[in-house]
Amino acid sequence: MFGRLTWDAIPLNEPIPLATVCVLIIGIVGILSLVTWKGWWPYLWREWITSTDHKRIGVMYVILALVMLLRGFSDAIMMRAQLALAAGHAAGFLPPEHYNQIFSAHGTIMIFFVGMTFVVGLMNFVLPLQLGVRDVAFPVLNSVSFWLTASGVLLVNVSLGVGEFARTGWLAYPPLSELAYSPGVGVDYYLWSLQISGLGTLLSGINLTTTILKLRAPGMGYGRMPVFCWTALASNLLIVAAFPILTATFAMLLLDRYLGFHFFTNDGGGNPMMYVNLIWGWGHPEVYILILPAFGVFSEVIATFSGKPLFGYRSMVMATMAICVLSFMVWLHHFFTMGAGANVNAFFGVATMIIAVPTGVKIFNWLFTLYGGSIRFTTPVYWAIGFMVTFVIGGMTGVLMAIPPADFVLHNSLFLIAHFHNVIIGGVIFGVMAGYTYWFPKAFGFKLHEGLGKAVFWCWFVGFYLAFMPLYALGLMGATRRMQHYADPTWQPLMKVALGGAVIIFIGILLTIVQLVVSIRTRDRRRDLTGDPWNGRTLEWSISSPPPVWNFALLPTISGADAYWNAKRHPGKFAHAAALIPLEVPKRSALGFFIAFFMVILGFALIWHIWWLAIVGLLGAFTVTLRQAWKTDLEEFVSVATIAEHERRHPSQVARA
Amino acid sequence: MNTTVDVASEEMPEGIPLSERGPASTRVVAAFGFWLFLLSDIIVFSALFAAYAVLNGETNGGPSASELFDKRHVLFETGCLLASSFTCGMMMIAIEERSKASTYFWALVTAALGVVFLYLEVSEFGGMLSAGAGPSRSAFLSSFFTLVGTHGAHVTAGLAWLLIMMAQIGTMGFRPMVIRRMVCFSLFWHALDIVWIGVFTVVYLGAAHT
Amino acid sequence: MKPTRPPYLGLVGALTLCSLLVGCAHGVLDPKGPIGADEKVILFDATAIMLVVVVPVIICTLAFAWWFRSHNARALRLPDWEYSGRIELVTWSIPAMIVLFLAGMTWISTHDLDPPKALQSEVKPLQIEVVSLDWKWLFIYPGEQVALVNQLVIPINTPIHFKLTSATVMNSFFVPQLGSQIYTMAGMTTQLNLLASESGTFAGLSAQFSGDGFSDMRFDVRAVPEEEFKAWLTSAHANTEQLDISRYLQLAAPSQHVEPAIFGQVSTGLFDDIVHNHGSPVISGRASSL
Repeated sequence: MFGRLTWDAIPLNEPIPLATVCVLIIGIVGILSLVTWKGWWPYLWREWITSTDHKRIGVMYVILALVMLLRGFSDAIMMRAQLALAAGHAAGFLPPEHYNQIFSAHGTIMIFFVGMTFVVGLMNFVLPLQLGVRDVAFPVLNSVSFWLTASGVLLVNVSLGVGEFARTGWLAYPPLSELAYSPGVGVDYYLWSLQISGLGTLLSGINLTTTILKLRAPGMGYGRMPVFCWTALASNLLIVAAFPILTATFAMLLLDRYLGFHFFTNDGGGNPMMYVNLIWGWGHPEVYILILPAFGVFSEVIATFSGKPLFGYRSMVMATMAICVLSFMVWLHHFFTMGAGANVNAFFGVATMIIAVPTGVKIFNWLFTLYGGSIRFTTPVYWAIGFMVTFVIGGMTGVLMAIPPADFVLHNSLFLIAHFHNVIIGGVIFGVMAGYTYWFPKAFGFKLHEGLGKAVFWCWFVGFYLAFMPLYALGLMGATRRMQHYADPTWQPLMKVALGGAVIIFIGILLTIVQLVVSIRTRDRRRDLTGDPWNGRTLEWSISSPPPVWNFALLPTISGADAYWNAKRHPGKFAHAAALIPLEVPKRSALGFFIAFFMVILGFALIWHIWWLAIVGLLGAFTVTLRQAWKTDLEEFVSVATIAEHERRHPSQVARA
Repeated sequence: MNTTVDVASEEMPEGIPLSERGPASTRVVAAFGFWLFLLSDIIVFSALFAAYAVLNGETNGGPSASELFDKRHVLFETGCLLASSFTCGMMMIAIEERSKASTYFWALVTAALGVVFLYLEVSEFGGMLSAGAGPSRSAFLSSFFTLVGTHGAHVTAGLAWLLIMMAQIGTMGFRPMVIRRMVCFSLFWHALDIVWIGVFTVVYLGAAHT
Repeated sequence: MKPTRPPYLGLVGALTLCSLLVGCAHGVLDPKGPIGADEKVILFDATAIMLVVVVPVIICTLAFAWWFRSHNARALRLPDWEYSGRIELVTWSIPAMIVLFLAGMTWISTHDLDPPKALQSEVKPLQIEVVSLDWKWLFIYPGEQVALVNQLVIPINTPIHFKLTSATVMNSFFVPQLGSQIYTMAGMTTQLNLLASESGTFAGLSAQFSGDGFSDMRFDVRAVPEEEFKAWLTSAHANTEQLDISRYLQLAAPSQHVEPAIFGQVSTGLFDDIVHNHGSPVISGRASSL
C-alpha cells in the first residue's frame, strides 16, 4: 500500500536531522500561520503564485535561491566543522553515513538550486526589460518552469525528514549509485528531484532562447543587444543543448535501478565509464551556463558605474559565443585519471586551455572599461572588482589542472575543491550578488542599504580567501576530497582556518538577510523615483521602478547599442510618443502550481515505490495540462486609461525631455 | 529615436533586416520554440544512440543483435511510419483548406499507421521478452530496448496528442491557436520519422554487419 | 564615497603565503620519485608562466579602480572610448601565446608521463597487482607470490609496474609523494608506472569516493633498499596466511578500518579472476590451486 515507506524512514534516532527537521517544520508552520492570520493568501495566490509575469517569476526564483543558500551553506558549515575536528584518531561528530549525505546534498543544492535558480531568476527578470519587450516568449510555460524547479527543491528537502539523501557525491557516479551499492532511497530522491527540476530548466532554456532571438524591440538588431543578453543567449543555448544529456543519463540510471537494466552496472556488460563521460558532457556546459550570465552582469555593472560604454563590445560577443561552443569540447578534463591515454588526454587538455583565451579577453575588456572611466564605488562595483581579482586566480588553477600530468597529482584533492569554489564563488556568487544589488531597485522601487551591502561583500571576500586558500595548500599536501576524517594532524590548523572562513561567509549570508529587512523598513530613504537610480545605459532603466505589468507602454525603437544612454544624451531626438493603445498581457495561471503539486506526488511515489500514488500524480499532471489545452482566454487587455495613468505618475526620463 | 505602436514584424516595411523588425508574431514564436524543443529531444536521442554504440557488443553471453532482429518485420514497420509522415502532410494540407472531414480522414490514416507501427514494435519486444532476451539480460539489450522503446514512447505520446488535437478541432474549430498546435504536431511527427531512420540504420542495419 | 583599500589584504596575503609554505612537506611538493618530481616541475613552471599575466592583471584592476574613481580630479576621463584595435590585438595575443606555450608543454608532458608508459631504467620492473575493495586495498605480488592488505613495500630505484582493478566501485590509487594516481574500475585493468628514488614511508590513499569506509582506505608505502626488500620478502613468505579464493571472498566482504595484513601465499591467477568476474572470482573452476 505504501511501497517501501515505513515509519523507519523518519530519523527519530538521529539527533541532527531530527533537530533540523523540527526547526524547519516549526519555521514553515510559523510562516504559514502568519500568512493565514494576516489574510495574505488571496494576495499571494493572485499576485505571485499564479503570476505569469516574468518579473514576479524572476523574483521568486531569486527568493528560492537565497533560501536554498541557507540550506546548502549549513551543509558547508557542518562539513568544515567536522573536518576541523576529525584529525588523527578523532572521529568528529558526523559519522560517515551522515557526512556522505551532507556533502552530496551540499553540492547538489548549491549547483542546481542556488546557482541555477539565481542565474535563471536574474535572466528572467532582466531580459524582457533589456530587450524592450513586454514578457518572455511563453509566459505560462515560464510559471510552469519555476514551479517544476520548486518541486525538485521540495523533494530534496523532504529527504531530510523522510528517508535519506544520496551518499554518492553530487554527480552520483555508478557503480556506487547503482542498486548493488546504494540500495536505499537516497539516490532515488536525488534522481527524481533533478529530473523534475531539470525539465523545468530545459523549458526555461527554450523560453529564454526564443525570447532573445525572436522578441526584441524594433531596431534592436543583434549588434545592439546589451552584452548581458548575449551572455544569457549563450547560457540558454547551452541549457537547451546540455540538459537533455542529463535527462537521458539519469533516465538510464533510473532504468538500471528500477527495472534491472545494465547501462552502468558492474555486471551484465554495463559500463560505468560511459556514465562519467555522459554526465560530464552535461556537467561542463553546466558550469558555463552558470558563469556566462554572471559575466554579463559584470559587463553591465562595470560599464554603468564607469560611465563608459563596455570596451570591445564585438570581441566580448565573439568571446562569449566562442566559450559557448568550446564548452562542449572539454568534458574529459574532469577525468584525466580514468586512463584514456595520452593522445585523448592531451587533446582535451589543450582544448580546455583554449577556452581560457576568450575568458582572458573578457577580463582585459573589463579592465579597459575601467580605464578612463569615472568610477562610482557602489556595492555592485565592489563585487565586480572582487570578482576580477579572485576569478583570475581560480582560472589560473583551472588551467594548471588542465595539464594532465599536473591533474594526475591534484585530481579529486582539496586543491580541486579550492579551484572550483574559487571560480564559482568568485565568479557566479559574486556575479549574482552584484546583479541582485544592481537590479533590486528596479524590482522593488528602492535601493538596498549600501553600508550593509558592502559589509556583505567583505564577509564573502575575506571569508572566501580564509576558507579556500588553506584548501589549495592541503590539496598539495595530499588531502583528498570527501574524506570524513584524516590521519595527519598537521593538517588540522589549516582546517580550522577554513572553518573560520566559512563562519565569516555565514555572517555575510546573515547580513544579507539583515540588509533586506533593514532596507525594507527604511525604504523611504532610498526610494527610486525616476526609474534610473544608477544613471544606467540600457532600456530597463527607462521605465518606472517597479515597472508596470506591461513594462513598456510603447515599444521603443532602437537605433544603436546602449540605447537608453544615447536617448538621455540626445533628448531632442526623442520624438513625442505615438498614441497609446490597449495592451494584451498574459493572464495569471495556476497551471504551474498544479503541475508542480502532482509532480511532487509523482516523484515521492516513485521514490518510495508507491505505484498507485505515482499513477495518481501522473494522471493529475496530465489532466491539468489537458484542461489548459482548452483554455482560450489566456490574455487580458490593459486599458489605455490604466496605462496613461501610470505614465502620468511615472513619466520616463526621456519622454520628459 | 521614434517610438512606435506595436506592429507585427511581418508588417514592417521592406529593407529593414529581419533582426530589427521587432517582436515576431505568435505563430513564428510558437514554431521556433517548438523547434528548440525538438532539437533538445534529438539530443536525448543522441545520448541514447551513444549508449547503444558503446554497449551494443556487450551481450553478456546472451543473444546478439544479428540473432534477434528480423529485417522484414522492421522494413514493414519503417514503411508504416514513413507512410504516416506522408499522410500527416496530407492532413496539414487539409487544415490549410480548413476542411474538417478531410482533416479527420487523414488524421485517422496517420493514426492507424502509427498504431500498426506500435503493434509491430510491441510484438517484437514481446517476442524478445518471451525468448529471455529482455532488457535486464545484458547491456546491449538494455540499450536496445531503451533507444527503440523511447522512440516508441514518443510515437505513443504523438498518437495521444493527435487524438486530443482532433477533439480540439471538433470543439474549437480551426482557430489560430489550434492551427499553431497542429503545426507543432506535424513537426514532431516528422522529427520522429527522422529519428526512426537513425534507429533503423544504426540498430537494425548495423546488426547485419556484426 | 571614498573607497577603502582593503585592510585585510595584508592578513589574507600572509595567511596565503603561510599556507603555501606549510604545503612543502609530505605531499605533492615533496616528491620522492621521478614521476612526482617531473609533475612538480610542471606545476611550478605553468604557475610561473601564468603569474606573469595574472599578477599584473590583479595589480592593474586594483590600480585602475582606485585611480579612475570619480573623486580623483587628476584622472584622465575617456567617456566615449570603447574600442582600440591595437589593444584588442594585444588582449587576444597574450592569452593566445600563453596558451600556445602551455599547450606545447601539455602535449609533450602528457605523452611523457602517461601512466601506462614504462619507465626508463636498467632495473627490471617489479609487478604489483592492485585491487580496491570495500574499503581496503589488496596488493598482490604475482612474481613473488605474496599479498598485502593496506600496506605496500617496494624496493627503491626499481620501476614498479602496477596493474589495477576494482572489486567493487570506482576508486583511485594515489601515493602523492610518488606521483600520478589512476582510477581502478571493475572488469578492467588500468596501468601505472612509478618509482621511488629515496627510502622512506609515504602515505597512500584512495582519491575517488567509494562509500562509507572511504576515509580509511589508507596505506603506507615503505620504500626500502634492495637488500632490505629481499629480506622483507623472506619474512613475508614465512607468514602462514594464504590468500586463496575463499579467503579472498572473506576479505572482499565490506569492512572498514582494516588493519594492515600479509599473506605468505597467493593463488596464481587470482587477479585475472577478479578482473574477469567483475569483482567476485568464481569458486569452482578457473583459478589454479596453490
